[in-house]
Amino acid sequence: MNDFFEIGGVQLKSRLFVGTGKYRSDDLIPAVCAASGSEVITVAMRRVDGSGRGIMGHIPSGMHLLPNTSGARTAEEAVRLARIAKAAGCGNWIKIEVISDSRRLLPDGYATARATEILAGEGFVVFPYINADLYVARACADAGAACVMPLAAPIGTNRGLRCREMIGVLIDEMKVPVVVDAGLGRPSEACEAMEMGADACLVNTGIASSGDAPAMARAFALAVEAGRAAWLAGPGAARSHDEGAAASSPLTGFLR
Amino acid sequence: MADSFEQYWAGFDRAQRERDVELMTAQDVRGALSAENPSPRDFLALLSPAAAPFLEDMARRARELTTRHFGYAVNIFTPLYISDVCTNHCRYCGFNAKNRQKRTHLSVEEAVREAMAIRDEGFEEILLLTGEAPRLSSPQYIADVVRRIRGHFASIGIEVYSLEERDYRMLVEAGVSSMTMFQETYNPELYAWLHPAGPKSNYSYRLNAPERACRAGMRSVGLGALLGLDRVEHDGFATGLHAWWLQRRYPGVDIAVSIPRICSHEGSFDIPHELDDRRFVQYVSALRIFLPRASITCSSRESADMRNHLVQICVNRVSAGVSTAVGGRVKLVETPPQFDITDSRSMAVMEQELAELGFQAVLKDWEDPTADRAEVSA
Repeated sequence: MNDFFEIGGVQLKSRLFVGTGKYRSDDLIPAVCAASGSEVITVAMRRVDGSGRGIMGHIPSGMHLLPNTSGARTAEEAVRLARIAKAAGCGNWIKIEVISDSRRLLPDGYATARATEILAGEGFVVFPYINADLYVARACADAGAACVMPLAAPIGTNRGLRCREMIGVLIDEMKVPVVVDAGLGRPSEACEAMEMGADACLVNTGIASSGDAPAMARAFALAVEAGRAAWLAGPGAARSHDEGAAASSPLTGFLR
Repeated sequence: MADSFEQYWAGFDRAQRERDVELMTAQDVRGALSAENPSPRDFLALLSPAAAPFLEDMARRARELTTRHFGYAVNIFTPLYISDVCTNHCRYCGFNAKNRQKRTHLSVEEAVREAMAIRDEGFEEILLLTGEAPRLSSPQYIADVVRRIRGHFASIGIEVYSLEERDYRMLVEAGVSSMTMFQETYNPELYAWLHPAGPKSNYSYRLNAPERACRAGMRSVGLGALLGLDRVEHDGFATGLHAWWLQRRYPGVDIAVSIPRICSHEGSFDIPHELDDRRFVQYVSALRIFLPRASITCSSRESADMRNHLVQICVNRVSAGVSTAVGGRVKLVETPPQFDITDSRSMAVMEQELAELGFQAVLKDWEDPTADRAEVSA
């Protein structure tokens, strides 16, 4: 079965997006891309320089580039970073990150929606990083976002699907794809997000901070694939522990 | 919440803290190590003698938090001293006005030439430093230098004397994105003795400088005590607490901490509470556990060996290619440095050695996208 993820006018086979930050060396990026099978990679424009050194030279040519506005504290800064990315030849995809609380690192929903509206109006394919908040998600979608990217847990924490219930609400309600971003520290957590019906996951810290980043990238790829397959198959009815186990052969089957 | 850190800090009693730190137990330390959001009391536990046997546990916890929040990236910057003319009398400093030494004050043109030489080495982040001579090294002079070089650096920081909020605002508008202010000591009596004359003798004005910078829109504000002037449970505790308080009061500002240990300089000064390596590592590990997201900077006062180890525990920002003499890259100078550097590695050597340790040197971590250069260089 062909189960492509369509976004921004392209069909993706992989539903795992990867990042470029926090690695021991940028030299690991090609290996992570290969091991993950990912086709989308996000890169912080704040770290891109014009010298040709650094991150950009390590991204395999077949990857779809998703520049992000990490470091922006206002909608204006995010918009400027997006335009810089486009002018630098990074395409018209942009992941909006606007964070103005440097301790909590939670995204500013209002500023994100504002930046989304401006950039979508300029023809960008906008991927807004948001709290798992239905109203912010709707505001972004209404403003022209190509998807919404709710955080599973605060960025960089590897704490897993802490926002599980609210992400479930977005999966139920949103017409645009839901890409779970931030906080997924273990492949099992990415698998769970996909089982719930998320359209894709973005994982950076969970891979980059691993002792063996390419191996962890492979593990996340398998987990995302498994979660997606489970969601497509449809889970069996779950029973709580209190209900006890259900025998696969009915105990009353002998009754005619 | 207190209106200022000065007011908040005044509520902490030194004698009580000395009793508390002695009464801390292994149980308190274990609690602090496993706390999800360590409290100031947890931080004090980690600084206490009871935490000494847990040094390895603390370092491991610090490393885990650093890896989670900063990965294996280490930011690199270099300082440029543009003037060592100073009207202060700090007893521990090589720039002390009473030290009879040749002084150098770079003109704006000379400072720009020095900065360009730094740029040619590949640095993207530069830190401008001056002594305190407000008429000669005025805020306007610093701003003039910043305006001239801003198109050539991704970010510009300042480490200068305490300024008014309006001066910080002018410097932000000129292109400064970070400031560092060393309180030296948070002990007012000791501060008064250490700074007997000159504008820096105003303890309160200096203590409030970071808040003035935060209000002026500074993107990043750094703090630090000069370790060794007072005991670490006082100055080390106060530094962490100051950063912790500022993070809560000014959530939009990146709060950073520096960890300078006092070292030799021109003139004579007996270090009152010298911090040995074990206590030093205990302190910086405690800082990371207490402030997981704060940038921790280690200067070239520390040896290459110590910095290499601290990067593996909790430090995520280091200087390279350092000269603490004024000028020195283009203009030949004979002025003595503010302090002796013990790690003189160039950027290239630093990058290479970080790579060997499994870390990546990051030269550019932010550039104001509203500045002209950003659009040109990307």
